[in-house]
Amino acid sequence: MRLSELNKSNFTRCISSDGLGLKIGPFTVCLKSSVPSVAEHLIGLYGGFKLVSKDEFIDFQVSIGFPNNLRRFIYQQAIFSFDNYYPFLPLPLPQAGAMFEWGLNWCVANQSHQYLIIHAAVVERDGYAIILPGVPGSGKSTLCAALVCSGWRLLSDEMTLLSLVNGRIYPIPRPISLKNQSIDIIKNFSDKAVITSIVPNTIKGTLGHMRTFEKCLSCIDIPAIPSRIIFPRYTLGSNNLLKPINKHHAFMKVAENSFNFNVLGAVGFNAIKKLIVDCDVYEFEYHSLREAIMLFEQFGL
Amino acid sequence: MRCEIIEFFRYYGKDGTSCEVIVKDWGGLIRQARGANLLARIAYLLKERDEFYLVPEKPRLHLSNALKIFEANIRSVNWELKDITNVLNDAGVPFVLLKGAAYIVSSCAAAKGRVFGDIDILVSKDLIDKAEVALVHNGWITSSLDAYEQKYYRTWMHEIPPLRNLKRQSVLDVHHTIIPPTSILKPDAKKLWHNLNAVNLKETCYTLSLMDMILHSATHLFYGGEFENGFRDLTDLDMLFNQFDEQHECWETFVGRARELQLELPLYYAVRYTNKMLYTPIPDKVFMMLKSYEPNYLMRKIYDFLYLNALMPNHTSDESIYIGVSRWMLYVRSHWLKMPLYLLVPHLSRKAWMRLTGKETH
Repeated sequence: MRLSELNKSNFTRCISSDGLGLKIGPFTVCLKSSVPSVAEHLIGLYGGFKLVSKDEFIDFQVSIGFPNNLRRFIYQQAIFSFDNYYPFLPLPLPQAGAMFEWGLNWCVANQSHQYLIIHAAVVERDGYAIILPGVPGSGKSTLCAALVCSGWRLLSDEMTLLSLVNGRIYPIPRPISLKNQSIDIIKNFSDKAVITSIVPNTIKGTLGHMRTFEKCLSCIDIPAIPSRIIFPRYTLGSNNLLKPINKHHAFMKVAENSFNFNVLGAVGFNAIKKLIVDCDVYEFEYHSLREAIMLFEQFGL
Repeated sequence: MRCEIIEFFRYYGKDGTSCEVIVKDWGGLIRQARGANLLARIAYLLKERDEFYLVPEKPRLHLSNALKIFEANIRSVNWELKDITNVLNDAGVPFVLLKGAAYIVSSCAAAKGRVFGDIDILVSKDLIDKAEVALVHNGWITSSLDAYEQKYYRTWMHEIPPLRNLKRQSVLDVHHTIIPPTSILKPDAKKLWHNLNAVNLKETCYTLSLMDMILHSATHLFYGGEFENGFRDLTDLDMLFNQFDEQHECWETFVGRARELQLELPLYYAVRYTNKMLYTPIPDKVFMMLKSYEPNYLMRKIYDFLYLNALMPNHTSDESIYIGVSRWMLYVRSHWLKMPLYLLVPHLSRKAWMRLTGKETH
């Protein structure tokens, strides 16, 4: 059963009492919250995700509540917790939905060392994946959203989960987070894009989330084989140049972009080594999304 | 509700009891263990007894991930220790590793699955300036430039303000004794230096003897006033007592040592509460030997209530209000015991003011 099939009153009862169990990629997440904007965030963006039953094992039991102080009454705030641990300071109430995304990122990045986790968007076509690592502001999410609107399958917008067992990439196709101008750019790029939960004045500026397409959710358990790593950089006036780069250099860049390289030690080193050997690696300065997509379309297998 | 993690530490491995018998709800155990910072320890103990395969697949993943974090922690601690040892060895300052780092390098029982952040060391008081200068010259810079805090630490505390490595952001606490000198307990730090174990790092690096390690851990837990990791620290004590017992060490000598350091009370609390909460086997004669330090009936009941609540693991579900209240009262008590009132009142007022005005966030 999917979240959207749950009627409103059951949904509200579930999320504010025992918590709402969701299957999100390889993880089961149980979210408890009585904050209205969190409920809206879930209804708007997670409708297509499957519910998990009470007796299933839950990987991340999280909650978003009110901090226990005077702020309950004026300038309300929300706080995220995971097994009684509070990784972040409280944030203004309207950001509670985004806080769920950040909190879940934190849980995955710190507790899922069965994967090498790379800070990268990743999309798939014909079973092969293209990894797009990038520092904030490089335009990786915008490029990723445009690719997904053009028919590529979203595996993840934020974290690439590379299995340490079989070297494949496991999908965790959560909503794509878009910042500031990117929101309008993607709205103009494709009328298929549904962007909701838009919140101004976050630490990253105005933040919106693009709902995951149905076709990405129907094959949510099918992993992909990594074939290319492309480091995108949005540069005004550049001519969409795809430049092959040195593999040693690419290794270091992937390691720097990995959340758990230090935890995995030698295992992580070898995983990146294999990934780099198996993939073609490029730097990509882009200016026009349409031309960028056309270039991606030309990739053979 | 049944507390999985307490059951686990009470019974696991005792008389060969398998995890299948003890653990009824793996999901609950994983959550409680993560909240108590004990996930890696449980994983370690299961692995040690070759019972990992008995754990269902999903919780097993969480346990093996916790082990990876534990192994990474050992790697980085060893890296830091190499640096610290080189600096202090060159400066000619002998030092003693304390707590987590000491457990790891001495491979004692409490090292099993113990994950920690800061490194704590002890140097003799007359060499502490020399140690600080050497460390500062090698990238370990004081973590707070607040003048009040600097003065407070240097005048009243048993350590200098924590040092932070400029490049790696790791934290090093340099102590000259194990409890603030203003405290009601007055162990003579010099006596600790008479009973050390050598470590294989460099000739100037030591750990406390097993007995002193236990006494330090007990003093820290029962007089430190912080119970966020209280249950984890209690399992440290449980494992150290078991090791003490397995090595057939002499309890009479131990009680004598506690007396010599004037730490009989922390030892009394440690044996009482490990035994009550985790069923740590403590010989009856030990309780007899410590009988004269026992508080009177009423006080015993009060302490039992406070410590047995405060030492409970952090729960996500049904956290009892008693836990918070007990922890707060013991926090106040620990300050009371650490400092005379004429120091305590101004200090706590200042702290409260700084918090109220938002100049301090913790």
